[in-house]
Order: sequence, then structure tokens, then C-alpha cells
Amino acid sequence: MIIELLQEELFQLALIAALLVGLCAPAVGTFIVQRRLSLLGDGIGHVALTGVALGFLTGTAPVLTAVIVSVLGAVAIELVRARGRTNGDVALALLFYGGIAGGVMLMGIAPGGSTTKLNSYLFGAIASVTPEDIWIIAALAAAVIAVVVIFGRELFVLCQDEEMARASGLPVRFLSLLIAVTAALTVVIAMRVVGLLLVSALMVIPVATSQQLTRGFRTTMLLAMLFGVLASVGGLLASTYSAKVPPGAAIVLLALAGFVLALGVGRFVRRGRTQESSLSERPKLRVEEVA
Amino acid sequence: MSETAFAMTGGRVSFEGKPVLRGIDLTVRPGEVVALLGANGSGKSTLVRALLGLTPLSGGTTLVYGSPPARFRDWWRIGYVPQRLHVGGGVPASVHEVVASGRIARQSRFRRTSAADRAAVASALEAVRLADREGDPVQSLSGGQQQRVLIARALAGEPDTYVMDEPTAGVDAETQKLLADTLSALVLDGKTVVLVAHELGPLEPIITRGVVIREGRVAHDGRPPRPEGDCARPGHEHQHPHAAVEPGAGPLTGWQGDPR
Repeated sequence: MIIELLQEELFQLALIAALLVGLCAPAVGTFIVQRRLSLLGDGIGHVALTGVALGFLTGTAPVLTAVIVSVLGAVAIELVRARGRTNGDVALALLFYGGIAGGVMLMGIAPGGSTTKLNSYLFGAIASVTPEDIWIIAALAAAVIAVVVIFGRELFVLCQDEEMARASGLPVRFLSLLIAVTAALTVVIAMRVVGLLLVSALMVIPVATSQQLTRGFRTTMLLAMLFGVLASVGGLLASTYSAKVPPGAAIVLLALAGFVLALGVGRFVRRGRTQESSLSERPKLRVEEVA
Repeated sequence: MSETAFAMTGGRVSFEGKPVLRGIDLTVRPGEVVALLGANGSGKSTLVRALLGLTPLSGGTTLVYGSPPARFRDWWRIGYVPQRLHVGGGVPASVHEVVASGRIARQSRFRRTSAADRAAVASALEAVRLADREGDPVQSLSGGQQQRVLIARALAGEPDTYVMDEPTAGVDAETQKLLADTLSALVLDGKTVVLVAHELGPLEPIITRGVVIREGRVAHDGRPPRPEGDCARPGHEHQHPHAAVEPGAGPLTGWQGDPR
């Protein structure tokens, strides 16, 4: 059955897309979760919808316009975050609503724009991935992985403790923009597979799952990438076997099921670990100082 | 390049119009072990952050090895030990990973981890006696152990100058003793140290200069103040190692030294 499927071009394309998304989203997601920006992907996803609609309106490939608009959106979000004002929260919310409303509005005006097309971007339509889409997705995925490999060490310090990064002479502003832009690229990659509304799920859930079981940052990221691939390929297979199963939702629900499972396993593993370490030393509580 | 680690002239900092530092002159020369002392809210932590350029000055100038912090490039010369370990958004990070990140200012982007990097990390872990916990997530450590991770991270970078923001606040006696021993070794090595403290405790013998900050100004600069004289002033109520105190866990009782 699987062999037969693999010979179908449509399935091949979908499988490649699912694999790339499964790898990239959790890799970037690990940094984003560490930086306490779990909802960044959602925000960019909202903004990206305007980009998609702009593509339909201007007759350009929606993936390309989505890249441009979501990168701009990510930069805007980062600038608001870096200013650290208390009303930054509201500024971000305004940006997100504008993104969704702008997308729906432009889509309505665009020639040939329809709710069905909008839905395929909101909730994903992996079966309709074209070879051109795959080329763009593959190029973006290569860029995302390159960023993680080349800048991983610096991004780790940045996401762990921004002040430490500054005191180590790291280019904090550049790295912050880099992580935001990388997240934007990831959103566009995942858009066709799980849809803009569920993009963030693949950036966050595999990481949350992985961190139940791991002790280090690197292993968390690698395991999250494995979980990401398992969920996205698993969800794709499920939807291939039954036409009634929407792939995006299947992928996310599968990832969530994995999280629940890991939660139980992790609790068990940690209990064993605590007993082990309490034999050697009683953990002391730190007195937090108010300076 | 200047060998003076820090040189602040007329340094002023205010937060939302409220002055915190009101004209600080401070020069730290190589080999000095400077303790910045003062009560809570005196501005000593802000001073440390301003020296590093983490908090911008609203007046005056400050130089790190002869350059303003924004233009300073040789950050490997500075080893910063912040007050607390930030553990981020819950993604685990192992003791080894955090300590190894102290090498970042010495590593270029495309270079892989070298034997020198590995050796420095290993000896830093050894110095704070956490080599056996290197695979554990930092989140699982006690406060004193987390403080040791921070110190090891600075040690791993092999800097010329250490800047420590309350390295002994709220940590256990064993960690304080360990810190004193580690600092003594650094001082013998000719390293420069600037540290913020409430009281000197076990560090007292190695401090060469005490700078007391009061209401954002330098109130005393010279030999470390004798606790009896300085702490006798009204409103100064913290406890000292020579006082018979309960080994409790108040914010000001971090300097009790060895409880024996």
C-alpha cells in the first residue's frame, strides 16, 4: 500500500512537504519556546494571510507574497517587542487582527478569490501542493536549517538570557531579527501543510512534548524534530487512508496525543531521577533576593 | 588599547525620571578586587549594569578597556556573573550547555568547538565541583548550585575581568566558601574582579578595595570598610558572621560564612 502510494506524484510532493515542515517547525520552535514567544508563530500566521491574499490580488504566487508580508510582519513584531512598552501587547494584537481582516478583505476583492481558497491557506491543503510550491518550500527549509546550524550557539545564549548575550558582545538586535524572520519563513513553509491557523502548533507542541523527556537543549531540539516528522507524516498518512480526515487537523491532533503520552512518561522518568539525586543531596530552595 | 578595565566619569542613570546614579566616578585598574557595597536600592547593581553598558547612562561617560560599551569589541575579556540564572521558557538546558555558552565571546560563528573550548569548560566545571552534574538540566539544581553554574560559565570564558552581581546572595555556606577559594585563585592569577555585595563575609581577605554606594553616590572608596564602623550607622541592620545568628534564610543573612 505504502509502496503504491510512494509512486504517486501527488503523494510524493505531499510527503516531501510534510517532512520538511516536520523538521523545520520544531527546530525554530525550540528557540521560540525558550524565548517565551510561543505565540509568535500565531501572530505571524495571521499577518501572512494578508500576504496570501495579496498574491491572489496581484496574480503573483501566494507563497512568495506570503514570505514578503510575513517577514515584514515578523520584523514589526520584533521591533514592538524590543521596545518593551507595556502597550506593546495591544500593538501586537492590532497587528494580528489587521492581518486576518486584511487577508479576508483582499481575498474578497481579488479576481478568482474564494472562501475555498482562503480555507486551504487557513487550514492547509497538503494534497494541492504543486511542484513549484515544493521548490519554494525546500529553499525556505534549507534557509531555516542553515540559520539553526550557523547561528544556533548564539541563538541559544540569546534565547536563554538576552542580557547575558549583550554582555558577551553578541549582536543582540541582529539575532533577534534573525529569529523572528526565520520564524516567518517557517510559517510560510508550514502554511500549505497545516494551515496558517495551526502553523504555530507544529512549532510549539513537539517542543513541549520533547522537553518532558530530555535534560539538555540540543537533545530537546533533535527529539522535537523527530516528533515533528512523526506527527506530520503520520497525519498525512491518516488523511491519505481516509479522505474524510483533514491532514492539518490530523497532524496537530497526533502531535497533541504525543504530548499527552510524553507527559505521563516524563513524570515517571523524572520521579526516578529525583529519587536518585535526593539520595546524594537534599535539594535546597533558593532564597530569591529582592534587590 | 587601555588596560584599565572600567573607567566611569560622572555616570548618571535615571529610571523614568527618578535618579538612581547621581554622578559616579569609578576607575578599576588591572588586578584590583573591588567590592561595591551598599544597602538595597543604593544603586550598586545599576552601577554594575551601567559599567557593562546593559543600562544606558543618562549623563557622564563610561569606558570598558578604553572603549564605550557600544563600541567595545573584545567582550571575551569580561566575564559577567548575573544575579540569577535565567532558565528561559522551560526548554531544558544542561549544566554543560550553559557553562559551555561562556565560551561564546571567544568562538567565531563558523568554527566548531575546539579542544581548548572543551578543556576550559571541563576545568570550569571542576572548579565549581559540578563535573558530576554536567548532564543534568540547570532547572533541577538548587539555588547555590545554579550560582555555581553561573560562576563556571564566566570561568569557562577565561576573561581578564570578572563582574559579579551579588554572587553570594542567598547561597549556601558551601558555595560561599567555594566562591572565596575560586576568587583567591583568580586573584593570584592577576585577574581583575568587580563584585556587588551586601557584606563581605568569607570574601573579605581578598578584597583590595571597597566602594560604598549610598543614594547613587560614592560614599566611601578605599580600603574595605570595617563592618563595626560602617555598619554601626543608623538604619543599617543586617547581620554579621561574628554575630551569633540563627542560620535562617532571610535576604540579608547570606553572608553568615561557615556555620560551624
